[in-house]
Amino acid sequence: MTSSDAAIETTTLRVRRGGVEVLHGVELRVPPGQLVGLLGPSGSGKSTLMRAIVGAQRIDGGEVRVLGERAGSPALRRRVGYVTQAPSVYDDLTVAQNLAYFARILGAPRSDVARVLDEVDLAPLAGRLVSRLSGGQLTRVSLGIALLGSPRLLVLDEPTVGLDPVLRRDLWRLFARLAASGVSLLVSSHVMDEARRCDRIVLLYQGSVLADLTPEELLRSTGTTDADDAFLALVAGAGR
Amino acid sequence: MNGRRTIATTVRVLTQVRHDPRTIALLLLVPSLLIGLMSWIFSGTSVFEVVGPALLGLFPFTVMFLITSITTLRERRGGTLERLMTMPMGRADFILGYALAFGLIAVVQALIAVGYAVWVCGLTVAGDPWLLVLVAVVNALLGTTLGLFVSAFARTEFQVVQFMPALVFPQILLGGIFIPRDRMPDVLRIISDWLPLSHSIAALQKVAADANSTSEVLGELAIVGWFALAFVVLASITLRRQTR
Ligand SMILES: Nc1ncnc2c1ncn2[C@@H]1O[C@H](COP(=O)(O)OP(=O)(O)OP(=O)(O)O)[C@@H](O)[C@H]1O
Ligand SMILES: [Mg+2]
Repeated sequence: MTSSDAAIETTTLRVRRGGVEVLHGVELRVPPGQLVGLLGPSGSGKSTLMRAIVGAQRIDGGEVRVLGERAGSPALRRRVGYVTQAPSVYDDLTVAQNLAYFARILGAPRSDVARVLDEVDLAPLAGRLVSRLSGGQLTRVSLGIALLGSPRLLVLDEPTVGLDPVLRRDLWRLFARLAASGVSLLVSSHVMDEARRCDRIVLLYQGSVLADLTPEELLRSTGTTDADDAFLALVAGAGR
Repeated sequence: MNGRRTIATTVRVLTQVRHDPRTIALLLLVPSLLIGLMSWIFSGTSVFEVVGPALLGLFPFTVMFLITSITTLRERRGGTLERLMTMPMGRADFILGYALAFGLIAVVQALIAVGYAVWVCGLTVAGDPWLLVLVAVVNALLGTTLGLFVSAFARTEFQVVQFMPALVFPQILLGGIFIPRDRMPDVLRIISDWLPLSHSIAALQKVAADANSTSEVLGELAIVGWFALAFVVLASITLRRQTR
């Protein structure tokens, strides 16, 4: 571990994509065991930032440190769970076969498959081909893969898109439970209401961090009672 | 490299194929159907004796090239490759896992095709028919490794399919099926020396024509093997953990 024991720490992170700089010196800190929401409008760079954290994105400046190591270093490949924005699963395998394959790659215990099926509420569909699942079920398979091997850090890119309110609530409860057990989570979302369930909220706007605060601070500082209004107020402030 | 991850990948690819019975049927039966058609078209002539052995090498190469390049392109585009690359998955594990899976399918395919050509169509083979099977399997591995490499340069399935006429057809034309290679213009003969398929076609023709050619056949086969190895190395370079 380095001087800081943050789960994620980026300093002046700059990333160019397609010749255009999309992250302009991002400073992000995710304390250990916290559930941090990454919010921001479409195109603000949430997915790019998450890709940099899991080591899938080439960076052009600054530093990304994850669990005390440089992002993307081999030691992290077992300790970080990552869910891409588009579900990345094999649609010509069953749910259980997908989980079993990734579990073997991770060297996770066999019992993990059953545990994860329960956590994402897919046990009754374990034998179903992924190509015959609904969109929300597909999202949960993808999320389940990230939970295999009990990683210390979860980086989840819009894991609750397309889910009904009951499932969304259940998953956010699962995230809170994981955080309580010491897992650190960075979860991106479009739905401002989900921000209320986080320990901290980071607002990304046009490739820079606009605010990093608790849900209460967000509402108080903007004088609003509604997360959507708070967000609009902050963005309006930045535009000026 | 790690045996567990390689085997897991092989099993996974074979399970994917198993869920697609139509592909299995096409993979295993189409070569035999085409060989049967060829022997029928040329019945009463000696053409089949010349072309038949070469066909046994062409089918595994082309079919495995197409299947591998399309499946790995899907992995690249569907995000599963990005996900695997953030996991403790070695690049060699990924490639060897694929090569092993399609190599196993190629063994079955070659056994059926060679058996059909020899016993049903009456193809006369002077050498050991098992050598034909061996060459067919090495050709399948060549197609698989070339497919793994080429999928890095395609963005869509359409583009992958276009690599067929670009990379595969010239090798067939220059491979010595239509006209022996030593009767080609010098420039073309020299080019064909550097194409892997020329050597596998030569190996197949030698097995068929000469009972005492085993060492020559293995020599040609070794050249094909080196090409396959080169494609494996090139393919693993194209598997990037980080992208822009
Ligand atoms: N492959 C790519 N090549 C070039 N530019 C890209 C690429 N992917 C994303 N971008 C650009 O980078 C910027 C940030 O994209 P990113 O996907 O990180 O946004 P996001 O906040 O995740 O958006 P959303 O909420 O819609 O998912 C956008 O302007 C986008 O157009
Ligand atoms: Mg995104």
